[in-house]
Amino acid sequence: MTVQEFIEKNNLEIISQGDLGQEITGCYIGDLLSLAMSRVEAGQVWMTVQGNVNIAAVAALTDPSCILLVEGRTADATAVQKAREQEVTVLKTDLPAYEAACLLFEQNQCK
Amino acid sequence: MAEQTISLQYPIDGNNFTIAGQASSNIKKVLKQLGIAPEIIRKAAISMYEGEINTIIHGKGGEADVTITSDTITIVFRDKGPGIPDIAKAMQAGFSTATDEARELGFGAGMGLPNMKKYSDELSIESEVGHGTTVTLVIRLR
Repeated sequence: MTVQEFIEKNNLEIISQGDLGQEITGCYIGDLLSLAMSRVEAGQVWMTVQGNVNIAAVAALTDPSCILLVEGRTADATAVQKAREQEVTVLKTDLPAYEAACLLFEQNQCK
Repeated sequence: MAEQTISLQYPIDGNNFTIAGQASSNIKKVLKQLGIAPEIIRKAAISMYEGEINTIIHGKGGEADVTITSDTITIVFRDKGPGIPDIAKAMQAGFSTATDEARELGFGAGMGLPNMKKYSDELSIESEVGHGTTVTLVIRLR
């Protein structure tokens, strides 16, 4: 499943748009940046409630297919600007991380 | 890569969380251009980012010197911060003296130095309380 398909299936809001054609390879959930830094793998969806500028930095280094802000959290203006500069896709949903991850699991398996 | 040495220097502003990641993202680009293997780039980028963050949060700013040869990437972080009283303790995963402000931003997991050790091949720390800290790490390319 591509990021574009993930967005459409779940009605996710796009905050910053990078390459939406990327294939999703999995998922990492976590808000501590040092852990995310060492755990997020290229192509994964990184689900977090952190919306500050440092998520863009972590994403630029670890290459997730997108960041998904969960629980209705949003990114601050500096984070959005930085994510756009780095062409990092940032999405948003009101769902908690667990539910979003379950949907991703089901949908990605089906494909 | 021929037997040439590339030296890069990055000033790191103290307490400016918004610039964290600039040096690491630049290093990632440089290493990519040099055709370095992705797993080595990942090691260098993670180590560089953690070092930047430490220099910002704890070192009150400083600089990072990066030297790339055909065999190694050496990164030296220098700060004039408060120094580390107990280096062994600072190396323990989960131990952190980060401020509440840093924690709210998602830092302060106590994984900075442990990550730098994990993702480098050599790590050494020289620190004098009241004078600052120098962290040197080496990543081997072959």
